[in-house]
Amino acid sequence: MKKETLSILGHELVPEHVLMDESEVKELLDKYKIKRVQLPKIKVSDPAINGLGAKVGDVVEITRQSRTAGKALSFRLTIE
Amino acid sequence: MRLKKIKGIKFGLLSPKEIRKMSASKIITPDTYGEDGFPIELGLVNQRIGVIDPGLRCKTCGGRMGECPGHFGHIELAAPIIHVGYAKMIYRILAATCRRCGKVLLGEEARAKFLDGIEQQKEKQVDVGEVVKLVFKEAAKNDICPFCDEIQKRIKYDKPTGYIEIDKEDKERRLMPSDVRERLEKIPDDDIPLFGMDPKNARPEWMIITVLPVPPVTARPSITLESGQRSEDDLTHKLVDIIRINQRFMENRDAGAPQLIIEDLWELLQYHVSTYFNNEIPSIPPARHRSGRPLKTMTQRLKGKEGRFRGSLSGKRVNFSARTVISPDPEIEIDEVGVPKDIAKELTINVNVTERNLEAIRETLKRGSKHPGANYVRRSDDKKVKVTETNHELLAEELGVGWKVERHLQDGDIVLFNRQPSLHRLSIMAHYVRVMPGRTFRLNPTVCPPYNADYDGDEMNMHVLQTEEARAEAKILMAVKRNIMSPRFGRPIIGGIHDYITGLFILTWGEKRFEKEKAQDMLHRINIHDLGEPAGSFESSSGIQVPYWTGKQLFGRILPKQMDLQFRGVVCEKCIERGEKCKKENCPREAYVVIKEGNLLCGVIDEMAIGSFKGKIIEQMFRLYGEDDTKKFINDAARLAINCIKQSGFSFGISDEDIPKEGKAQIREEAVYAAEHKVEELIRAYDAEELEALPGRSLEETLELLIMQELGRARDDAGDIAERYLGIENAAVLMAKSGARGSMLNLTQMAACVGQQSVRGERINRGYQGRTLPHFKSGDRRAEAHGFVRASFKDGLTATEYFLHAVGGREALVDTAVRTSQSGYFQRRLINALQDLEVKNDGTVRETRGTVVQFKYGDDGVDPSKSECGKVVDIDEIISEVVEVDVGS
Repeated sequence: MKKETLSILGHELVPEHVLMDESEVKELLDKYKIKRVQLPKIKVSDPAINGLGAKVGDVVEITRQSRTAGKALSFRLTIE
Repeated sequence: MRLKKIKGIKFGLLSPKEIRKMSASKIITPDTYGEDGFPIELGLVNQRIGVIDPGLRCKTCGGRMGECPGHFGHIELAAPIIHVGYAKMIYRILAATCRRCGKVLLGEEARAKFLDGIEQQKEKQVDVGEVVKLVFKEAAKNDICPFCDEIQKRIKYDKPTGYIEIDKEDKERRLMPSDVRERLEKIPDDDIPLFGMDPKNARPEWMIITVLPVPPVTARPSITLESGQRSEDDLTHKLVDIIRINQRFMENRDAGAPQLIIEDLWELLQYHVSTYFNNEIPSIPPARHRSGRPLKTMTQRLKGKEGRFRGSLSGKRVNFSARTVISPDPEIEIDEVGVPKDIAKELTINVNVTERNLEAIRETLKRGSKHPGANYVRRSDDKKVKVTETNHELLAEELGVGWKVERHLQDGDIVLFNRQPSLHRLSIMAHYVRVMPGRTFRLNPTVCPPYNADYDGDEMNMHVLQTEEARAEAKILMAVKRNIMSPRFGRPIIGGIHDYITGLFILTWGEKRFEKEKAQDMLHRINIHDLGEPAGSFESSSGIQVPYWTGKQLFGRILPKQMDLQFRGVVCEKCIERGEKCKKENCPREAYVVIKEGNLLCGVIDEMAIGSFKGKIIEQMFRLYGEDDTKKFINDAARLAINCIKQSGFSFGISDEDIPKEGKAQIREEAVYAAEHKVEELIRAYDAEELEALPGRSLEETLELLIMQELGRARDDAGDIAERYLGIENAAVLMAKSGARGSMLNLTQMAACVGQQSVRGERINRGYQGRTLPHFKSGDRRAEAHGFVRASFKDGLTATEYFLHAVGGREALVDTAVRTSQSGYFQRRLINALQDLEVKNDGTVRETRGTVVQFKYGDDGVDPSKSECGKVVDIDEIISEVVEVDVGS
């Protein structure tokens, strides 16, 4: 029996994670002039990734609440 | 010596073959110098392995002392010895390999899997340690060899260098180093990558020492004492021990001594070799010098704060630096440092002589070694000549373009000034030199806050910059005026302290009137000669109309003409927070400061206006008028403050703690006795079980909490009453209210009531069973019995009060001691973790590989030192600039 995994994404303490599509990723990498591996990483096994259905190599956009900027964007590369 | 290029770096174990190959000499004799005073052949201070005596030449490379880098020698050990540093690794390998065939105790499948795993990790350039750990864990589980079916015995590790084999019948057999080595030799090369090792560079049996490399004498130089006696380095002593025992071992073995004696000697040799590598191995006694001092061997040389890495490589002592006590000088500029003449004469700056500076330098040289002179010159033929009393005039005449002169430090030179602990970048700033008589560094008191310095004996360091690039960089990045704004909280960190605040407070408080003479006296010294229109005039005793200027008016003279600013000072009592309306311009405490067109219209200048850390005026100045005007303003304000406070004088004495009789009585009755009474009431209620517990607390905790509250209030009440009797004319009150120094709490404790003492946030409960001191009955819960001090410091404490106060005071002392060491270590770790992060031009924070850490520095990309308190924009300010609205409400 497959274990029912609870998505934590709806919780108020978990910042919003959104899976980016390839064109968005390309735009992002071009903007910062970086390679994919130079993005911050996140494990696929991370509970926040679980609910998204992201695979290794995908990039997620994270919107965090920030004390200094109100809302802050971050991007992470999914790894093993 | 020929320069060689580094092609690569290899890490591995030294094989006996390699050690012999790199050795310049075999070492046999345990002695160092012979009776003739020359090093002995084949001895420990051998002429083939380096020279430390002047005049002698190295027999290996022919170099003199200083040229010859030294060469390794070697000792042939009579029997193999375990290297302590690898003892644990040897144990793991023994446990993981077959005792007969030497293969790793893993099935083909598992072996291939692990090898593949290690290969993958290597490809990713990640540490293979995790996989290797698993190899050892899995292999040690097998008790039958999958290859030769040999039944394995259990290996016990007998710390620090022993191995014991235990068979199924619990019979023990000690493995000698030679047995261990034999076993390790049997491990096939193909299995070695499983341990994370490379068989070409590190065969496991090389972890057992058969040939001991002897470091060159240059690495362990002997020193000649004053008495002419030679004193050898600790390492040499240790090597002497090793050679002696090694010889005895050989002699005994050749003579056919009994096994027991051989084993004893073997163990002794093991001890000496072990302590040679590390003299702090747990479970074995450290090798000691004759005097009883533990020897400093290999590991001790490298380890810790004074060790090679932290002490000699990451940090070392430097030239062109000076250190002495600091003392205040309010007359110098904030970005200057007073340098004692003696120091200025010792520290030099190298200048190239050109056509343009030829004459100036000639003048310098003519003075010889008198102060603004020079110490050395380097002529155009590159010969260095010392400037002396006899030759300086000749040198000055000969001086020509292309020479280099090491001239003394002079006024206007830029230097770095530093005070430890260097906790933030403002702990090192660039100052301009001002050569002065005396023996201390002089420092303007307004720059104390960034250094966290005071003048109770603090010492500071000065570094003289040696290149134009360094001087330019210091001027642009590190100059004091550049660092007025703190990068930490976006407010000025340089500003008025102590008397500067007091002085300006006195000047601007109320409507002080100054006659022309006094007003000019104050302003002349800061080069302001125009007093402006007088505020009015009064009739003197002789009936003449005398014009006068107010203090506020005089302060306005040092403000820029167009400055507009409104804010509330520290004297503000936050009427708005209490739901009342701010009286603004009519504030009885003059807390509402209004500056219009460079005039102080109302309000008093206090810490909030010009103090360091707060300083609203300084902040505004820096943003709108820039660093030079701000520097000038801080200077002017400081001098104005001093000139003003000098006119009236300002002091604090024991009589400032006096409270009139009726005040004392009121404090006693209304604050102290009332509170003590209420406490007794609470205790009675508790005893009668009438007390109701607060949510989440036991009855006892509730009682303690209520008592604490009550007694805390008692002190505050006492302070309030005291305040009514002590007006602003009281020096301590003035200092506390203006933010110059001290607080009302300090004054309360001195004049009214010291209050409750606490340990860990609770009343004092320690001591005897049920009571703190024998003076009280067991179970006494009254205020007095648990550290409530009803007296003031001036009145003096009773014996019990004094004792309990000391108990509370001790905690504060221990706390600060613990906190500083803990935060110091924490800071070190934080710096080590973050030192390579960098904010790039696109606003991202990245580490060395270019991996992004933050997409925008601090999420908003704001540099706090260039923004309003670290915020992007100050909306209040913008609004008040456009429309006339009051500040912050």
